[in-house]
Amino acid sequence: MLSPEDVQKVATLARLKLSEEELEQIGHQLGEILDYVAVLDEVDVSEVEPMAHVADVFNAFRADETRVSLPREESLSNAPKTDGKYFLVPQILENA
Amino acid sequence: MEFTPIIGLEVHVQLLTKSKLFCGCPNLFNPDNPNVQTCPVCIGLPGSLPVMNQEALRLSQKTAMALNLNLANFTKWDRKQYYYPDLPKAYQISQFDLPFSYDGWVEVTLPSSGETTKVRLIRAHLEEDAGKNMHDESGRGGDSKVDLNRTGTPLLEIVSEPDIRSAEEARVFLEELRLLLRYIEVSDCNMQEGSMRCDANVNLHVHEDGEKIPTPIVEVKNLNSFRGVEAAIEHEIKRQIKAWETDRKRIGDVPKETRGWDADRGQTFGQRGKEDAADYRYFPDPDLVPVTTTDEQFDAIRATLCVFPADRRNSYVSDLGLSDYDASVIVDQGREYADYFDEVTSVCGDGKQAANWLTQDVQRELNDRKIEIAEFSILASVLGTVLQKIVKGEITIKSGRAVFTELLAQSDDGSDVTANSVDTIIADKGLGKVQDTGKIDIAIQAVIGNERNAKAVEDVRGGKQQAVGPLIGQVMRELKGADAGSVRQMIIDKLTS
Amino acid sequence: MDITGSTTGQLLDAMQNGTVSAVEVTQAYLNEISAHGETVGAFLSVDSEGSLTQAAEVDRKRSSGESLGKLAGLPVAVKDNICTKGLATTCASRMLENFVPPYDAHVTTQLQNADAIIIGKANLDEFAMGSSTENSALQVTRNPWNIDHAPGGSSGGSAAAVGARLASMGIGSDTGGSIRQPASFCGVVGMKPTYGRVSRYGLVAFASSLDQIGPFATDVTGTARLLESIAGYDVRDSTSVDRPVPGYSATVEQPLENLRVGVVSEFFGEGIDSDVDASIRAAIDVYRSLGAEVSEVSLPHTRYAVATYYLIACSEASSNLARYDGVHYGRRAEQFENMIDMYAASRAEGFGAEVKRRIMLGVFALSEGYSDQYYLKGLKVRRLIRNDFDAAFENVDVLAGPTCPTPAFKIGELVDDPLQMYLSDICTISANLAGIPGVSVPAGFSSNGLPIGLQLLAGPFEEEKLLRAARMFERETVWHTKRPSFS
Repeated sequence: MLSPEDVQKVATLARLKLSEEELEQIGHQLGEILDYVAVLDEVDVSEVEPMAHVADVFNAFRADETRVSLPREESLSNAPKTDGKYFLVPQILENA
Repeated sequence: MEFTPIIGLEVHVQLLTKSKLFCGCPNLFNPDNPNVQTCPVCIGLPGSLPVMNQEALRLSQKTAMALNLNLANFTKWDRKQYYYPDLPKAYQISQFDLPFSYDGWVEVTLPSSGETTKVRLIRAHLEEDAGKNMHDESGRGGDSKVDLNRTGTPLLEIVSEPDIRSAEEARVFLEELRLLLRYIEVSDCNMQEGSMRCDANVNLHVHEDGEKIPTPIVEVKNLNSFRGVEAAIEHEIKRQIKAWETDRKRIGDVPKETRGWDADRGQTFGQRGKEDAADYRYFPDPDLVPVTTTDEQFDAIRATLCVFPADRRNSYVSDLGLSDYDASVIVDQGREYADYFDEVTSVCGDGKQAANWLTQDVQRELNDRKIEIAEFSILASVLGTVLQKIVKGEITIKSGRAVFTELLAQSDDGSDVTANSVDTIIADKGLGKVQDTGKIDIAIQAVIGNERNAKAVEDVRGGKQQAVGPLIGQVMRELKGADAGSVRQMIIDKLTS
Repeated sequence: MDITGSTTGQLLDAMQNGTVSAVEVTQAYLNEISAHGETVGAFLSVDSEGSLTQAAEVDRKRSSGESLGKLAGLPVAVKDNICTKGLATTCASRMLENFVPPYDAHVTTQLQNADAIIIGKANLDEFAMGSSTENSALQVTRNPWNIDHAPGGSSGGSAAAVGARLASMGIGSDTGGSIRQPASFCGVVGMKPTYGRVSRYGLVAFASSLDQIGPFATDVTGTARLLESIAGYDVRDSTSVDRPVPGYSATVEQPLENLRVGVVSEFFGEGIDSDVDASIRAAIDVYRSLGAEVSEVSLPHTRYAVATYYLIACSEASSNLARYDGVHYGRRAEQFENMIDMYAASRAEGFGAEVKRRIMLGVFALSEGYSDQYYLKGLKVRRLIRNDFDAAFENVDVLAGPTCPTPAFKIGELVDDPLQMYLSDICTISANLAGIPGVSVPAGFSSNGLPIGLQLLAGPFEEEKLLRAARMFERETVWHTKRPSFS
């Protein structure tokens, strides 16, 4: 079972601002899901290679050629805040 | 108190590809025109997918060969997850447990002691660069600006073992690394523009009562000049000695600290500690497939490599007879400079002669004109022709200088100077060495016979050899291109025999 | 002509003959959307003007004798997690409510090249996370067969649009059953192709190693036709596979000789609805009657599939959705204390409960100290699940079973029980883990009149075989010809 501190730690890593109520509810649901997932403890995988990719595809490359970039206006078109040249964000605290 | 500084470097180097690592946007330094080298992929727009630039991998593998790293036949891409506004996907595509290269070394020679050491490398891996954040400098807490032009450009991270023992060694290591990467043309390694960046991990081994005590490791980040690397490490060593003397903290007593470098004040400063220790949650990027490279493919890349700087220095000393100093001076100027030297040497057949001219006459012109060897108007083949004539005894060194000066004057006037120009200048100015002893004889007779010289002639006859000088000068004026040594000998022979 | 009651084949013939024009076809569907669109709630946006313009262009090309694409004039509903340049692509999320992509997905381009008419963008569970479309933050979608019931999900909008005859075809994405399960619930044909068969470029990622785009239609032939137009290698998707695309619609009518059908015993486990059980067993009898060799097949690791799926899918999702932080696109919170708070507040506002839950699970499963136990373990069990299929396909051509253990559940029925909702994906999830193709075809109705789907699965890149097997069944049955009463 996850402690409230564990859940808060995950929420911080996930950059999710959760209310006390949400933390408790999600904590509870995660606990249930993890209990369910424990079914995998039955499976012996000591000799099994992990399968990150399902297709046997290797070496998908492109040639080193440039393509036309988006006009700046389009690059910034979905941004919540810009000055017409840059994306703007609240002041960055160094290394925060 | 006895202690040993223990230093490891993490060096980031931007690769010279045309396009970015995972998209076709141009890979160009363009800080004045923000957010114009971006597309759905490098902005990380929903739905976009990365596709690997093959040339970036090739350049990386080439670099690994030059750094004596082992190359992996199988490598893959992982996501390193953290939030920062210059990282639009909130993960960096990097390499975690299976980098394309591992276990290498770089040999460095310390100027202060002449000692040569090997700095071992843990690995080199390929990753995408982040963009650039610009902070509001007004102090009023204004918005920060984000430019994604650099986002997704190919970056090589080279990680050394903590084998470095002094700030000087760190600087020399970096300089050697830059030289090597420039020789093999994978990066321009311009620290000012950020195409080479360095973080240093520094701590001390304090030797006390027969015990070796490691102090806490400090990472000094974002060092952006060679001088800065050296100065920051020097400062950090002093600071850590003081810290040990006051708090006697050992490694493990405190979490690893990250410090910045204030070049103006010449000191490192503490950066606010992260509240939660970084958990990058690496995992294989499902959008990119693994990469395999055969040994044959490695061989093909190896075949494109040039002679590395260290090998070049060695061969200049052992094959051409250059001094260690001259060999280093030439090699350390960069590949074009050394290539120029090689060509001059091959045309004239005398490495020492070529080295003398390059490090003196040519270098002086480059300095005066503030240009690089590539911009120098006298081509290596032309200079080689001049030197060849000196080596063969066809002209004197002095005449060679006159030809050199004339070649420069002609090219400054806008003419192309070639090997033919050399012959023309020699002929026009009568600089060819006069080897016709009959002609020299006649000239000597005329000078000796001149009444003005009666006193000098008597003095020489009387054994005052220094009196011969003015006589030689007159003969030489008469006969451009005669060899002063031979003239002197002939006069003395004539007057004393 | 009953335009919206026609199959894609009938419509193409009619337009080819000049019986109807593409504009008339599009207008007929737009009229249906006006009449029933609000009731069903299938579309998040309808591009009336754009689709009529496209249709007029098709008519112009036809009359001037220019060559036309394979889908010329057929209106298609595109799931709103597939990028359409200049048209909002919201993923049914508050986060992307105002996101207008500056580029087209590969599939969008393929549809345009085939002269299909993109009539609107269809609702989905937020970021395709869900099995009922109830997780859409923007709209409720109802099952056209009974509006108190869910259409399934996550491609519920596309399935409901085709089921209600508001579009001739639909495009969905399937990460754990998100095409097949809503196809089953809405009484239409839906197919998840082999992983790598269709480019994911421009599909907003949920779980990159599982996501695959696929077609919906009212019949197998329409499904084959749509698949052959969107499938194929795309250099912009490194995971797309460079193999030729067979002409599926040309061969779909050819029955398979000596077909071997494996009935997956694990798909008939506890929790299966008795109507579903009966319909699927009857469907298998249809294959017997056609001379197929039917055998029981076991996929022993099926009981681990749901757990494996949620670990892998949520881990990847937590990373794929990290980019929504209110900086470069998407929602930014109005109120925040500093930059970090802006991230956390924007994400808290922008994401719904299910998305947050999955991100939390994924972050946890990848976090230091836990990733071996959860994420990596999932990847290993995944291989065992794939091995089960490889072994099964040594002996049979296709595997058969229900698409979902139950017919469509009621709206709200499972919303508060995420685990139960996850378990309803038991029959579809393994195909995504193994990367194999699967199709759901209408196979009957429950006693309360809700559609039931037969799922067929085949080995990698065996889409042609799968479609032919599905068509063999369809030809013998009438289920696909049934329409919801109001349509």
